[in-house]
Amino acid sequence: MTESFEPKIVGFLCRWCSYAGADLAGTNRMKYPSNISSIRVNCSGRIDPNLVMKALALGADGVLIAGCHPGDCHYTNGNIKTLRRFKLLQKMLDQFGIERERVRLEWISAAEGEKYAQVARSMTEQVRSLGPLNWQRKVELTA
Amino acid sequence: MKTVTINPITRLEGHGKISIFLNDQGNVDNAYFQVPELRGFEKFCEGRAVEEMPDITSRICGVCPEAHHIASTKALDAVFHVEAPPAAKKLRELLYSAFFVADHITHFYILGGPDFVVGPKAPKSERNILGVIAKVGMDVGTSVIQHRSDALQVIATIGGKRIHPSCGVPGGVSKTITEEERTKIETIARSEVEFAQYTLKLFDEVVLKNQEYAGLIKSDVYSSKTYYMGTVDDQNRVNFYDGKIRVVDPEGREFAKFQASDYQQHISEHVEPWTYLKFPYLTKIGWRGLVGGKDSGIYKATPLARLNVAEGMATPSAETEYKRMFEMLGGKPVHSTLATHWARLIELLYASERMLELSKDPDITNTNVRNIPTHTPDEGVGAVEAPRGTLIHHYKTDPAGLVRAVNLIVATTNNHAAISMSIKRAAEGVIKNGEVSDGILNMVEMAFRAYDPCYACATHTLPGQMPLEVKIYSKDGAVLRNIRRP
Amino acid sequence: MTKSKVAFNWASSCGGCEIAIFELGTKLVELSNKIEIVFWPAIMDYKYSDLEAMPDGNIDVAFMNGAIQNSENEHVAKLLRAKSKLLVAFGTCAYMGGIPALANTTTRDEIFANSYKETPTTVNPEKTLPQTKVQAKEGELTIPEFYNTVKTLDQVVNVDYYVPGCPPVGEQVGKVITQLVDGPLPPKGTVLGASDRSLCYECKRVRNERRIGKIIRTHQTIPDTQKCLLEQGIICMGPATRGGCSAVCLDANMPCRGCYGPLPKAIDQGGKMLSALSSIFDAQSEEEIEKIAGEVVDPIGTFYRFSMAKSLMRRTKK
Repeated sequence: MTESFEPKIVGFLCRWCSYAGADLAGTNRMKYPSNISSIRVNCSGRIDPNLVMKALALGADGVLIAGCHPGDCHYTNGNIKTLRRFKLLQKMLDQFGIERERVRLEWISAAEGEKYAQVARSMTEQVRSLGPLNWQRKVELTA
Repeated sequence: MKTVTINPITRLEGHGKISIFLNDQGNVDNAYFQVPELRGFEKFCEGRAVEEMPDITSRICGVCPEAHHIASTKALDAVFHVEAPPAAKKLRELLYSAFFVADHITHFYILGGPDFVVGPKAPKSERNILGVIAKVGMDVGTSVIQHRSDALQVIATIGGKRIHPSCGVPGGVSKTITEEERTKIETIARSEVEFAQYTLKLFDEVVLKNQEYAGLIKSDVYSSKTYYMGTVDDQNRVNFYDGKIRVVDPEGREFAKFQASDYQQHISEHVEPWTYLKFPYLTKIGWRGLVGGKDSGIYKATPLARLNVAEGMATPSAETEYKRMFEMLGGKPVHSTLATHWARLIELLYASERMLELSKDPDITNTNVRNIPTHTPDEGVGAVEAPRGTLIHHYKTDPAGLVRAVNLIVATTNNHAAISMSIKRAAEGVIKNGEVSDGILNMVEMAFRAYDPCYACATHTLPGQMPLEVKIYSKDGAVLRNIRRP
Repeated sequence: MTKSKVAFNWASSCGGCEIAIFELGTKLVELSNKIEIVFWPAIMDYKYSDLEAMPDGNIDVAFMNGAIQNSENEHVAKLLRAKSKLLVAFGTCAYMGGIPALANTTTRDEIFANSYKETPTTVNPEKTLPQTKVQAKEGELTIPEFYNTVKTLDQVVNVDYYVPGCPPVGEQVGKVITQLVDGPLPPKGTVLGASDRSLCYECKRVRNERRIGKIIRTHQTIPDTQKCLLEQGIICMGPATRGGCSAVCLDANMPCRGCYGPLPKAIDQGGKMLSALSSIFDAQSEEEIEKIAGEVVDPIGTFYRFSMAKSLMRRTKK
């Protein structure tokens, strides 16, 4: 029943930009759903594809990776590495049968509180309409 | 009604079980040879990059990986419409000959041979290579191990690894050999020829000159008349690497001769519910059940089949042995299952002589071993003779070279029907009045061991459980009752 | 001195790991002074009934190779576990699923339909399918149930040690057997017979700056025989794969496909390689990145060639 389904989304947010942007959304009391559990990392480049897959395998219905806009990365080009990993991961997740809307990469600066709120709203609704992923259960059931 | 089960069958590659049903008198009512294993290669290779197929399909079998690797590589040549330079073909065939040497040695001394060297009813703990060594001596044991190892070394020289070598590419091979490597291979090849000759002599003394074994070979218990299939060169001589597929009827007359790419017109596969393995048969004759003879499409593809199908061997010493075998067994074709062991050793000699020939070819160290394909990949068939029978790889790809469909006709699969028949025949012959012992059951197993089956190969496909349909068959294979549950 | 009792068994396997034991050569005969092989279906005539008749813990060390793909594989794995003091997942299939685990990219039903109905040479108008139980005229015939998802050995029983490799390399096998028979035993769960460092350390090729502008597939080029393949744009799993095999595939000018499995701290081999590969793409803009990522034609089949059953995701969604 999609009405009562509350998606669990893990958000990996980079401390210099996206996490600050998320903070801003909070302090400005913008309205957005609370489905994203945020994890602060120093740089979106820290995000190993294994972390994304681990989140999905352990029960997340979606994963958001958010970093600085290209050119603004505190570590110069960590976010470009993120983009490279993400594009290839996306292609592989297609093969796993995981819908593209479930794993997103967004550039959100420290000033973009509203953007963070928008992403949180749209992603929550998209994942809600896709339904729960329940990955581990699916693997067990199809054994 | 009593059931006797042999589970698992042993001294072969792969899994299997034999279910024997005895009637009230203790004689065999029927015996079923069941293959319980499968992997799913034909399906899970869809979506893979086609150039990876030689490496992936190599893992269909770790005893005969080279068979799949080279059949796959030849299929790639066809898929990409590219031809390998002559030196590459020779390197492929050199690797292939060394592989046949290793594999046939393995079968004779480790898998099937112990039944003859130690005895079919010897205690279980002795019916194996360690028992063979205890009987014929450590020197022979060391020699077996050494010759196997040397053959694998040749494989590694050309293909990198000793087990699951990786050198097959469309249009050639990935590695050349140096003059130093060539010299080593030539030395090994000479030694293999001698060892093959020694092994044939050993077979002569231990098996042919033993009344009991010679009797077994000629006996009706281990015999069936079927069609035979093998690959031959343009002079109708046995060739493992390339040629046309030839089929002869139970009287030895040519029934068909075709290019591997036309295999679909000649081979069909039948399904039974009590085994995961399918039963290939000759399309033009048809499936008549598990019976032999000219009106049944069942055929064998084994070393004996290859020798039955051919008109000779392409190397001199092997040719002499070939003639000798058919003379001693009363002409062609030979239907005796256990004679397959003999045919295998003649092939061992041919493979080692061929290895020597190729290692002395000056072209073998040529550095031009690859033509890069330029054609868009689409579809192709590659075939070889695996030690256990004709092997066909058929791939279809999309224009980017990703696999769309795979069909494999695998060596041992060809023999599934023949093996099933041989097992039943042997069981009927050796089990009487309810007397069943470990030794007697081993004699039933000897009926399949002659084929040197490879069930990892045969069971590349994977079906599953549909527990809602039960068919009851009469002994002619007609369906008596069909029970379905919704 | 009593001999140690040793057993070898196979599940969904190609047989290469049995052949690997023969790589010990004459050492195998020497070893037979210390060990008594009590079960080895490939080479000896002991049957399941012999295994069942043994007391629990009778076997000192059992080596099981092959992935768990059907109910017989699982049953025998549990039987062997009960009868053995130590159980070793021998070879890549038992350790990570191996090539059979590529079946996790499809389903039993799809494979079923393909094999028994769709392949061009199959003639099956009645749509007969193999059954786990068949009532033949003379009696009941059974065959194991096939699993939709291939598992590793440790996903069905407790495993003491792992020996990676497809198959494990000869010299390593001898050392492992001797170590487990003689002792002292390493900590439970240790990966034996392999290096703790990546294959790159054993590879003889010369490495400089790795930056890939374009991915080249193995059939599209004749690579330089001295230079790192990854530098030449050919995907090589070396950086994400344990050493121990001496990089012999590279000697044949073919890339590593990762059969020795992930490095000690990696929780998923495929993800690690995906990360490593994409981090050396020489691409800055989104367009350039999309283009080069698109050149990896089969990510799942490349990165999880041997390790699908042990991966985080375990299988594709169907």
